[in-house]
Amino acid sequence: MDYSGNGKQMSGKVLTVTSGKGGVGKTTLTANLAAALAADGLKVVCIDADIGLRNLDVILGLENRIVYDLVDVVEGRCRLRQAMIRDKRLPELYLIPAAQTRDKNAVSPSDMVRLANELRQEMDWILIDSPAGIERGFRNAIAPADIVLVVTNPEVSAVRDADRIIGLIEAEEKGPAKLVINRIKPVMVKRGEMLSMEDVLELLAIELVGLIPEDENVVISANRGNPIALNGKTKAAQSFRNIARRLQGHKVPFLEMQEDGSLFGRLARMLRAGGN
Amino acid sequence: MEIPTKIQIKGIREGLLVTLGEGPWEQVQEAFLEHLDQQREFMKGARMALDVGNHMLKAAELGQLRNHISEREVTLWAVLSNSPTTERTAQTLGLETRLTKRKPEAAAPQTRYQDADPAILVHRTLRSGYSLQNPGHVVVLGDVNPGAEIIAGGDVVVWGHLRGMVHAGAGGNESAVICALDLAPTQLRIAGAIAITPQRRGKSLPEMARIVDGRVVAEQWNPKKRE
Repeated sequence: MDYSGNGKQMSGKVLTVTSGKGGVGKTTLTANLAAALAADGLKVVCIDADIGLRNLDVILGLENRIVYDLVDVVEGRCRLRQAMIRDKRLPELYLIPAAQTRDKNAVSPSDMVRLANELRQEMDWILIDSPAGIERGFRNAIAPADIVLVVTNPEVSAVRDADRIIGLIEAEEKGPAKLVINRIKPVMVKRGEMLSMEDVLELLAIELVGLIPEDENVVISANRGNPIALNGKTKAAQSFRNIARRLQGHKVPFLEMQEDGSLFGRLARMLRAGGN
Repeated sequence: MEIPTKIQIKGIREGLLVTLGEGPWEQVQEAFLEHLDQQREFMKGARMALDVGNHMLKAAELGQLRNHISEREVTLWAVLSNSPTTERTAQTLGLETRLTKRKPEAAAPQTRYQDADPAILVHRTLRSGYSLQNPGHVVVLGDVNPGAEIIAGGDVVVWGHLRGMVHAGAGGNESAVICALDLAPTQLRIAGAIAITPQRRGKSLPEMARIVDGRVVAEQWNPKKRE
């Protein structure tokens, strides 16, 4: 995966962000990854596959510019280009929003594959934000995927759902998925009140591509429709940017949380020593 | 150039047994579906077992085929194959890979084992939501994660962490045992007895669980050797 993307190689990669459990940060991760990749000069389009419960447009701050949506494209009411909303800040960042007045059955997995193949021609990255759950919406979201990112929190229930999802991804022959652990509270991990990163990794046993600490600034900037990865200075912002770099094939060490506790730092060192 | 792919249809106790011929899978599948369409009335509502011979099928292909078959109001319940890959795929999709669970006529030479069902070896980690059922023994090379379950008529051996649910001797065999490198299941069942793992104390060692006086008891594997 040494994709350096100077905008000339036009066979984009399709990356689906999923989790099983809701509320672990799929949409936030999608928005921030898209922003970080686009800020690196790549052509990026996000597709919100959460039909009926759209959010990605809000987090990207593009809600008021929606005219056509994913279902309109699939049902032929508009051309693909017309449904692609261009971001104000980054000229090569686009969004195809979900329809709010329909449900997941309005789109089929083969529609998604067709759409993604069309987008591959002109974009570097196609990011798909999957809905929570393991039903139709999830199947739609992973159907065209080249890479699947599974997001989880260091909580027993989120990890259980992630495990289930990873199994389903394997069964669909889209695996192995890659893992992002979001909302880590290093202080709680240190006190032993949260699952440790080691526990999560040992159970899920897939490649780790991101560790993101809990940070209220992520929520604040999401509420403002301004993804933190764009210009945020916090560790969380840097973590999002690092994931984007890793997806492009760069080796980026995992951040240490020195001021918070040593366990996280030890893990980061351990992973680096592992050569990944 | 057109090679007529041979399709045999046979009535068996469990419904219809359809044997597909050799050749490129695309052609074989097409010929088969055509055949189904021609005999639509006859096939409608049938339960079908499909013998795909040496074809190696992936989940996507088999899933698609199953969809095609169910569109024609035929139920696919089993896929027989000489290819282990195809068998695994079929199992992943929840299909049977053998016609009958027991073949009395084949089990003629009397063995000393009460349980003549074949054991299966699973070379992967069983993740949450995965259910594995086998009338014989089950050996897993990998972990059994929380939320996954194994139900076996015989013994269960897990070469890895056992954190899910395992039921050994599910047919009532009280001499069944469960072994794991790390025995930390959400629940263990042997025959009719149920046990919950006590809080882990310290390092995990290989353990074996069996029934002693009607209760499930776990013991360290071969503790004498370590003294």
